[in-house]
Amino acid sequence: MDPYLLDGVDFGDVVLSVAKAILAFVICLVATMFMVWFERKVVSRLQNRIGPNTSGPFGILQTLMDGIKLFFKEDNIPKEADPFVFRLAPYLSLIPAFLTFTLIPLGGDFNNGNDGAVTVFGRETFLQVADPPVGILFFLAMSSLGIYGIMLAGWASGSKYPLLGSVRASAQAISYEAALGLSLAAVVLVTGGLSMNSIVMQQAGEGFGGIIPNFNIIVTGFIPFAVFLIAGTAELNRPPFDLVEAEQELVGGFHTEYSGIRFALFFLAEFMNTVTMAAIIVTLFFGGPAGPAFLGSTLGWLTGMFWFLLKLLVFLFAFVWFRASLPRFRYDQLMSLGWKLLIPLSLGWLLVLAGIRVARNGDLGIADSAFGDTLIVIGVAFAILLIGMYVLRSAMTNARRDRLIAAGFNPREVN
Amino acid sequence: MVEVITFLVAGAIVLGGALGVILLPKPVHAALSLIASFFGVAVVFIIQEAHFLALVQVVVYAGAIVVLFLFVIMLLGVDTADSLRVEPLVGQRSMAILFGVLLLALTFGGLFLSGPGGEDGAVALTGQESVIRPIDDRPQVEQLGEDLFSRNILAFQATALLLTIATVGAVVLVRNEGGEDLVVDEPGLAAE
Repeated sequence: MDPYLLDGVDFGDVVLSVAKAILAFVICLVATMFMVWFERKVVSRLQNRIGPNTSGPFGILQTLMDGIKLFFKEDNIPKEADPFVFRLAPYLSLIPAFLTFTLIPLGGDFNNGNDGAVTVFGRETFLQVADPPVGILFFLAMSSLGIYGIMLAGWASGSKYPLLGSVRASAQAISYEAALGLSLAAVVLVTGGLSMNSIVMQQAGEGFGGIIPNFNIIVTGFIPFAVFLIAGTAELNRPPFDLVEAEQELVGGFHTEYSGIRFALFFLAEFMNTVTMAAIIVTLFFGGPAGPAFLGSTLGWLTGMFWFLLKLLVFLFAFVWFRASLPRFRYDQLMSLGWKLLIPLSLGWLLVLAGIRVARNGDLGIADSAFGDTLIVIGVAFAILLIGMYVLRSAMTNARRDRLIAAGFNPREVN
Repeated sequence: MVEVITFLVAGAIVLGGALGVILLPKPVHAALSLIASFFGVAVVFIIQEAHFLALVQVVVYAGAIVVLFLFVIMLLGVDTADSLRVEPLVGQRSMAILFGVLLLALTFGGLFLSGPGGEDGAVALTGQESVIRPIDDRPQVEQLGEDLFSRNILAFQATALLLTIATVGAVVLVRNEGGEDLVVDEPGLAAE
């Protein structure tokens, strides 16, 4: 909870909350506009083009111009559409996208045991709109709600291709949400709390040797981060997982029938989600506003903002980089990556981490010391993980073999 | 005061959503009002300071289960309501009404049994302390987890077993033993 809300709520607290929400909304919109321009510019450069260069310096006003154009375009509702759901869908997409952004700690000083609170008008507050006790679960809830916008848009259009796009979207989202949640559980396990502020605080301390930061990417052993990054990209429907709107197969996917401002809302939601997902990755695995502890906080509370923006930019660039360099997945590849690799891997890794944590708490008494216990648990856990992987692998190979033989392939050719 | 108003609004959403589920003619609209109903329940949880349960309610029910409902509705293309004249199972409706009334009677009975304070309705009905209510000062997640994995471990494992059976059953149902040839689209292999 924010410190200023702990001792009852008076009128000033309400004003501060509203002000923070409005400020976050503006930041979110500006960041989204920047991201649209950034993506177009960077992807152009990666493809040896120039990209937007006419409106404003470096074409930075291009998004604004596009927005104005879309505002004044004709708003068309197809005859076959379900009018109410058709109008509802863009908002169902946009609102969860923005609500997730309210969770992100944008700055603050986390060094030397500070909790990142700043004092505004005599009230101590975190630089995030809300810090609910269930924090990161709220992100999961919103990302699973965001999918309704896409699903209902496709269904309500009353047209084939949008429906196919939305069916793909829902299957993809269900598959990857499991991997997303399991890799997130690793972070929660290490932190011992769900709130975003506690996740950042836990990472702010000095790590190994005083120089390597205490970020979760190291503490959780890299695998949850890799799984989260892949599953997050799939959850965003960004390339290489953009089967939802595969242009060559589905025209425009779920938003084929949308025009004007309703289309703009979907577009906005998509980029807002990208910015938010990058910010969530930074917060969960790279310490968010907490920089490496030994560098201290020379800029006061601006230090947090500096580190946060720096890390955010890296991940925004990475998302654009993915788009420019990776070809789109085929649908069965997408499903087998999600179900056969990411989910078992993150589940197994979570078990290893939980085992290590139990051993480090002591009281097991296998060896003489807690350190000995930890080593034994790590060894046993990895052995179980390897056996499990081998069993899964051979089950999959045999199932495939049986399937092919049943379909009339020569048993000797099937390996 | 704020609590009462929030409860009234959330209760109206829950009941309105529930009515929408059974009254709206289009299945997709019914699914949408089911989501609204689940949201109302989540808000009621938040009023009782059960933040974790509220979020789980949204993630699991509003987020995953209704997505599956919608998925099935879209795949099967059930756009128009089936005729409501014919009962799919004989006696289904009368049984539904009977059990509905019984459930209602049980709920109100529990409320009356719990006495004037209404504090111990759950205890009177099930003989157990409510897991929603924070038992001590530890974080809710911790209490809930401890309760789930120690006192209620049998129920937890039974549920896990049930889900496994359902999964295996689904796989067995879609397996095609001795039927027509499967269409196999595996890369790197040409059919004979």
